[in-house]
Amino acid sequence: MDPKRSRNSPDSPESTRFPDEVLERVLSLLRSHKDRSSVSLVCKDWYNAERWTRTHVFIGNCYSVSPEIVSGRFPAIRSVTLKGKPRFSDFNLVPENWGADIHQWLVVFAEKYPFLEELRLKRMTVTDESLEFLATSFSNFRAISLLSCDGFSTDGLAAIATHCKNLTELDIQENDMEDNGGGWLSCFPENFTSLEVLNFASQQGDVSFDALERLVARCKSLRVLKVDKYVKLEQLHRLLVQSPQLTDLGTGNFQQELTPRQFAELESAFRNCKNLHTLSGLWDATSLYFPVLYSACGSLTFLNLSYAALQSGDLVKLLPHCPNLRRLWVLDTVEDKGLEAIGSSCPLLAELRVFPADPFDLDINHGVTESGFIAVSCGCPKLHYVLYFCRQMTNAAVATIVQNCPDFTHFRLCIMNPRQPDYLTGEPMDEAFGAVVKTCTKLQRLAISGLLTDLTFEYIGKYAKNLETLSVAFAGSSDWGMQCVLRGCAKLRKLEIRDSPFGNAALLSGLAKYESMRSLWMSACNVTMNACRILAREKPRLNVEVMKDDETDSRVDKVYVYRSVAGPRRDAPPFVLTL
Amino acid sequence: MSKPLQEHDYIGLSEGPSMETSEKNKGLNLKATELRLGLPGSESPERESKIRGVNGGGDGGGKSLGGSESGSVAVKEAVPLPPKPVPEKKPQVSGSAPAAKAQVVGWPPIRSFRKNSMASNPPKNEENDADAKSGSGCLYIKVSMEGAPYLRKVDLKTYSSYTDLSLALEKMFSCFTIGQCCSHGVPSRGLSESRLIDLLHGSEYVLTYEDKDGDWMLVGDVPWEMFIESCKRLRIMKSSDAVGLAPRAMEKCRNRN
Repeated sequence: MDPKRSRNSPDSPESTRFPDEVLERVLSLLRSHKDRSSVSLVCKDWYNAERWTRTHVFIGNCYSVSPEIVSGRFPAIRSVTLKGKPRFSDFNLVPENWGADIHQWLVVFAEKYPFLEELRLKRMTVTDESLEFLATSFSNFRAISLLSCDGFSTDGLAAIATHCKNLTELDIQENDMEDNGGGWLSCFPENFTSLEVLNFASQQGDVSFDALERLVARCKSLRVLKVDKYVKLEQLHRLLVQSPQLTDLGTGNFQQELTPRQFAELESAFRNCKNLHTLSGLWDATSLYFPVLYSACGSLTFLNLSYAALQSGDLVKLLPHCPNLRRLWVLDTVEDKGLEAIGSSCPLLAELRVFPADPFDLDINHGVTESGFIAVSCGCPKLHYVLYFCRQMTNAAVATIVQNCPDFTHFRLCIMNPRQPDYLTGEPMDEAFGAVVKTCTKLQRLAISGLLTDLTFEYIGKYAKNLETLSVAFAGSSDWGMQCVLRGCAKLRKLEIRDSPFGNAALLSGLAKYESMRSLWMSACNVTMNACRILAREKPRLNVEVMKDDETDSRVDKVYVYRSVAGPRRDAPPFVLTL
Repeated sequence: MSKPLQEHDYIGLSEGPSMETSEKNKGLNLKATELRLGLPGSESPERESKIRGVNGGGDGGGKSLGGSESGSVAVKEAVPLPPKPVPEKKPQVSGSAPAAKAQVVGWPPIRSFRKNSMASNPPKNEENDADAKSGSGCLYIKVSMEGAPYLRKVDLKTYSSYTDLSLALEKMFSCFTIGQCCSHGVPSRGLSESRLIDLLHGSEYVLTYEDKDGDWMLVGDVPWEMFIESCKRLRIMKSSDAVGLAPRAMEKCRNRN
C-alpha cells in the first residue's frame, strides 16, 4: 500500500481509477471479516472503500483496539461482535473484576453509532446499567447476544424488554446471570411482536409463564425459543401450540408426570413442528417421554442432550429417529454403548461433544473410554469436530480414530486426570497427538491432555501447519516444547497454556511471533517477571499483563500477552500489572 | 465446587520425584536434556551426549539476555517444589484404583454454568429413575391409597405447602373418595378444598408418610421444608387403621360420633 499514490496520479494502476461508487458497491457485498481485512490491505483506495462499506465489525480481543479507533475507522457500523476475557476465565482462572467491561464501548457507540442494531458479546462484563444504557441509547436496536458474560441480572433484561421496540433477538447463553425474578418477560409491551430469537435457557429461576405464553403467541416470526429448566412439560405444550413454526427449540424440564391425554397432546404439538432442526434443553429427560419427540426428530440436525443424564439404552431408542443429525452433544452417562449407538445411527454426524456428568469423580468405571470414541469414528466418517472428556485413552485408539476420520478440524481431547499416560502401555500420549497432527492436515484447533513430553510439541510444530488455536494443560517437559510450536505453527493465533514447565526461554523465543497472534496465555508455568519485562520492552506493540499472587516468588502466576493498537489498557485492576 | 487449590501448587513438574522415577524407569533422563538459560553463575546440570544441541534456541536465547537476568530460573530448579498435596498417579495398567486427588482450579475445563446445572441435578447412574431424586430438580414420590387399585406419583417440589399437596391429592384420588361420599348419603357435589382435608384429617382418612428412617408418620407435624426432605412415600390410610399414628383424627372421629 503506497500512501503517496493518489487517485489521479498517472502512475496509479487501473484499479484506482475505478469509480468509488462501484468499488464500494462491490465491496459492500463482502461479508467475511477476513476477506474485508485482506481487501483493506490492497491499497489506500480500497482501504477507504472498505471502511465506508463495512457494517459489521468483529473484534476478537476487546483490548486490542479502542472504541475510538474503531469508530474512527468505520463510520457505518450497525453490528458489533466483541470478545473479552481470555478463554481460561471460563474455568475460574481469571479473577473477578479483571476487566472487559462493555460500558465504555457503549458510551462511544452511543455517540458514533446511534443506529447500532446488533451487539454480540462473549466473555465480557455487562452490568444492568450498561444494558439499560444500551436499551435507551439506540433506537434501532434489534439484537443482543450474550455468551459466557457476567455482571448482569434479570433486571437488565427487563430494561431491554421495556425499551427496545424493534427487538428481534434476545439470546442469553451460559452466563453468570443473577436471578431477580422472572418478571422481565412481562416487560415486553403488549403490542410488541417482532421477536425472532428468544433464549433464556441460562436463567436459574421461574419466569412469568403467562407473559411468556402471550409473548410467544403474538410473535409470529419466532423461530428460536429456548426456555429455562423451570418451564414444565405441560407449559411447553402450550408454547408449542402457539409456535409450530419454530426451527430451534430448547425445552424446559422434560420430566413431569403426564396423563395419557397430556402425552398425546404434547406428541401432537411436536408433530406440528415441521421445521425443527435444533433441539436442546431436555433437562432431566428420560426415555419415558422421548416418544413425543419422534415425529419431530426426522428433520433434526443438531441435538443437544448434554443436560439429560441419559443411559445408553435411552440413546439406542432415540437415535434411530434422528437420521439427519449433524451435531450431537451428550453426557458421558451414555457410556461406550451409547456411543456405539451413535456410530450406528448417525452416518452424517460431523460434530460430537461428550461432556462429563461428574467431572470430579475419579472412578474409571464411569463415563466413556477409548472404545466409544473408536466406535463413533467407525460409523461417522464425516466427523470433523470433537470434544471428548474421558478417564482413559490409548495411543493406539487415537491413531485408529484419526485414520477413520482424517478430516478433523477441531480435536479437543480431555483426559480428565492430569498427566495420565496411555493406560495400557504406560507410555506418554505423545504418539496419539502425533497421529492427530500427521493425519489431520486441516486441523485448526487442538486441545491436548494426558501425560505428554516435548515430543508432542515437536510433532505439533512439525505437522500442524493449519493450526490456529492450541490449548495445553499439564504437558511438556521443557522450554523446547513450546519453542517447537512457536516456531513451527505458522498460522497460530491463540495459545493458552496452564501448569506446564515452560519458562523464560520459551516465552522469549516467540518474540517475533506474538504480534501475528491474537494472544498468549500462560499460567502456573515457569515464567519470571524479568522475562516478561524483557518481552514488554522489546515489543512495545504487545501488551504484557502479569498477575502475581506471591510477592516473594519471582515467578509470575499468569501472563497474558496480546497485540494491541490501543496501548496498555487503562482499566486494569490492581492485581494486573501491565509491563 | 470446593475451595480450589492455589494455582501454582500444580501437581508435579518434570522435576517431580514420581514423574522422574517413572521417566528414569524408561531409561530417559529428561531433566538432563532440559534446556536452561545457562547463565554465568547459575548451576548447570550434567549434560548427557543426547542433548538436542541442534536448536540454539535455549542457549542462544540465554546469551542474548545478558547479565540482567538474575539467573533465578536455574536457581529455581534447585529449590524444592512446593509440597505436592496429592500423590502423583503412576502410569499403570487399568484396574488400579486412582489416587485420591484434591481438585485443581478450573480442571477439568468445564464452564461454571454447566457445572452448576449438573450439580443441582446430579445424575443417578445406579438408581432406578423411578426412585426419588434429590436436588432442586424434582422429587417424585409414590402415593398409595387404601382401596385404590394403583399408585400415583407426585413431585413434592411442585408444591409449596401442605394445602397445595392436599389439593393435588384431592384431584388425583377423587375417583375413589367420591364413591365413598356418595355411599354415605352425602350429596355428591364436586369435592371442595375443605372436603378432602376433612376426609384426610377427619373421619375417613389420614395422610401419612414414610420418612428416611422408615417410620410411618402423620403428615403435617413438621414444617413443610423439613417434610419434603424426609418424605420417601405417602400413604392415604383409613383412619381406623391409623391407630397410634393419628391421635387427632381419632379424636375428631370420637367427637363427631
